[in-house]
Amino acid sequence: MKKIQILGTGCARCQKLAAVADEAARALGAPYELEKVTDLKQIMGFKVMSMPAIVVDGQVKLSGRVPTLEEARRLIG
Amino acid sequence: MNQRRNLSALTRAAAGLAALAAWWLVYRQLAAVAGWATSSLLGLRRESPLGSAVEFFIYETPKVLMLLVLVVFGVGIVRSYFTPERTRAMLAGRRESAGNVLAALLGVVTPFCSCSAVPLFIGFVTAGVPLGVTFSFLISAPMVNEIALVLLFGLFGWKVAALYLGTGLLIALVAGWIIGRLKLERHVEDWVYANKVDAAAPAEERLDLAARVAAGREAVRDIVGRVWLYVVLGIAVGAGIHGYVPTNAMASIMGRGAWWSVPLAVLIGVPMYSNAAGIIPVVQALLGKGAALGTVLAFMMSVIGLSLPEAIILRKVLKPPLLLVFFSVVAAGIMAVGFLFNWLL
Repeated sequence: MKKIQILGTGCARCQKLAAVADEAARALGAPYELEKVTDLKQIMGFKVMSMPAIVVDGQVKLSGRVPTLEEARRLIG
Repeated sequence: MNQRRNLSALTRAAAGLAALAAWWLVYRQLAAVAGWATSSLLGLRRESPLGSAVEFFIYETPKVLMLLVLVVFGVGIVRSYFTPERTRAMLAGRRESAGNVLAALLGVVTPFCSCSAVPLFIGFVTAGVPLGVTFSFLISAPMVNEIALVLLFGLFGWKVAALYLGTGLLIALVAGWIIGRLKLERHVEDWVYANKVDAAAPAEERLDLAARVAAGREAVRDIVGRVWLYVVLGIAVGAGIHGYVPTNAMASIMGRGAWWSVPLAVLIGVPMYSNAAGIIPVVQALLGKGAALGTVLAFMMSVIGLSLPEAIILRKVLKPPLLLVFFSVVAAGIMAVGFLFNWLL
């Protein structure tokens, strides 16, 4: 099962990324788990420098901006 | 196949130029339309307080929003060339002084949002960017804001914009340098150094022109979408000041004679937060009423550059002494700039 994590401390863009990721993952059909990571120390564990960021199966796929739905599908799929 | 691609690129370029031309034509008509709308459409006397305020609002709102769209689009494209990772790579291991200058300059063009302040701080510091140099970046990034610069340019001319840019960079580099000299590394929260951020950046995206243009459009959707309401509210406040506050009323509180206006402006501005776009119409109205340029610039810098929300965010990585030093040094720099300009101009 795909594990998708959204790293962000709660600003508007972080929510938007979560929504886009959720929609993209659902469109792909495969089972997935979406987790929102808001704890700063945990986020730093992923070694990202800007938020929001999306992590798929432990790998940071994108950070610093919200991808389009298509981009999200490519990043997750 | 190549011909088709060239043709579509050509059509896109033509569409872009047409849009620019249309923008320019509309922009030039705004003042006239505002005047007409106020007197003919709404039947108000333009010299009356209400008429004056309304005309200001009708003129400034589309004007500022249009400038904003154009600028954010352009800057969005410029920013597609810079990433925090690339900036960090450029700053890692640099000596102070040269590093401070570079950091201050990069702060202007690297994409930055306040929610990224902490990850960015940690990323820089653990990758070998000196503390003072990191601070130079952290000061210039929010304060020397491209939105502020171009709006200042559009509303007050290139001299005021250049002043803001120059002094903003100066404050960033001097304050960062001072903080570096004070050797306050032990006042960074310990857990920060426990994280080693990868020196290798995630695979750098290679963007072609179309992707960069898309980045520009996305920036407009994102930034203008978030900021437009603040801008309209700021203009409404500015309109009220413009119409109802008597000319030169500000001169006594914020004018050149009142030396205490600069520290007062900075004191009021520091805890406040507004994005650059929202505060500029207020700045314009204040200037129009006789407030001194130095005081108004100091106010604007302290509102945009330092804020309570930012202090709360940075508290996660900075111990109170360092946080206090940071704010004090920057506030002092802003005050110095304010005094300097009131004295010079």
